Amino acid sequence: MSEDIQTGLAEILEEVAGVAPADATPEKSFTEDLDVDSLSMVEIATAVEDKFGVAIPDDELGNIKTVGDAISFIQKNQ
Amino acid sequence: MSTSVDDVVVTGLGATTPLGGDVASTWDALLAGRSGVSRITDDWVKEFPAQLVARLAEDPVARLDRVRARRLDRSQQVAVIAAEEAWQDSGAGDAGVDPLRIAVVFGTGIGGALTLLGQDDVLEEKGPKRVSPFTIPMLMPNGPAAAVGLAVGAKGGVHAPVSACASGAEAIRWGLDLLRFDRADVVLVGGTEACVHPLPMAGFAAMRAMSTRNDEPERASRPFDKARDGFVLGEGAAAIVLERADAAKARGARVHARLAGAGGTADGYDLVAPHPEGEGAGRAIAAAIRDAGLTPADIAHVNAHATSTPVGDTAEAAAIRGAIGEHVVVTATKSQTGHLLGAAGALESVFTILALREQIVPATANLDDPDDDAAVQALDIVRREPRRMTLSAAVNDSFGFGGHNIALVFTTV
Repeated sequence: MSEDIQTGLAEILEEVAGVAPADATPEKSFTEDLDVDSLSMVEIATAVEDKFGVAIPDDELGNIKTVGDAISFIQKNQ
Repeated sequence: MSTSVDDVVVTGLGATTPLGGDVASTWDALLAGRSGVSRITDDWVKEFPAQLVARLAEDPVARLDRVRARRLDRSQQVAVIAAEEAWQDSGAGDAGVDPLRIAVVFGTGIGGALTLLGQDDVLEEKGPKRVSPFTIPMLMPNGPAAAVGLAVGAKGGVHAPVSACASGAEAIRWGLDLLRFDRADVVLVGGTEACVHPLPMAGFAAMRAMSTRNDEPERASRPFDKARDGFVLGEGAAAIVLERADAAKARGARVHARLAGAGGTADGYDLVAPHPEGEGAGRAIAAAIRDAGLTPADIAHVNAHATSTPVGDTAEAAAIRGAIGEHVVVTATKSQTGHLLGAAGALESVFTILALREQIVPATANLDDPDDDAAVQALDIVRREPRRMTLSAAVNDSFGFGGHNIALVFTTV
């Protein structure tokens, strides 16, 4: 299940921010490691909502620092 | 011509236009007499009186990194492509110029209209949460200047003049001032426009400003011709790198031409209609010639704004005749490029610079039967074939809705 989520998230990261799928591993920080800026995070959140059917409230978005954080959030809320 | 420390020269040129994806292909197509105008075939255009457009020869998205392209409005994409060509042409990027001494002045007439209208569709169809977080940086009129500033690492200032169809020329004038006031060492200037969309098309058509010669696209833009009936909307961008002559010489830069002077005025007459005698336009031309330390007799060539509208072309002819005289050799390149609005002054300055460098004046296409107007009749407008001639000084003039008039004087080095 978490592998499917990681793959889906990697597809979003590639489309929105040009992140190579192999780089989208759980320990990676969006801003520090993957060079994803704040506006791109908003686009990613919208794409996650579409793909996984989970809404990410604005106050939660700030707590999602790594790819792993995003995977856990999706798992918990799906 | 004598030079002084405040002389400003052109060291880089860039463009992406309806005639070509760079300066060389655009210039070749211009001299070959090719047209960039075609008829729109999309369904939405069926009810439109004016159905013509001068689309880019090369898709900008194909030239840019995919992720970079999706965060830039089309007007920013073409601005960046033209700017990067000019920057590379100048060699300034490799010359170790302090980023704090690099400035950008890049104008647009309309700005990010495609983003504004496209995101309005998203808002209506899907709601506010689906509007892109990049909407504002893509639609703001300083967006192209800011994107260009990032592309070349300019930290000395980024400016965005907005004066409708004079914006590109106004950017060049501001660039000249920045160098004269020693506020920068290298200034990348230019103009951009990409607003081919039903709303701007409908708006210009409602003003009766656009040609409705839908069955003859390549014949529709015909400045100074008796049968002209309006402009053809074009898209694209052009960019120029300016430096002080002494600095350019010190780093061994190739110099295309000299930007000798500029003049700017306002008509103070009407929001959109030009003064019928081109009074403000003539004052801008005269001011630019004075600023260059020249006299009207020195000016051999004018690349005219001439958009192919009935009133605009005759007003400009009167201004040119009054401010320069009947000896000057005129061309109107919008006959082939269409009207690039906020990019027009920059693109036509590139053409003026190339005319000086190559000693050739491009022809005005479709000028079969010059208008009966006395000033049009009096001017020597190049028709049919480009004209080889000796040129040492030339004017490019640009006018915008709002009564903005800008004239620029370029000379050989």
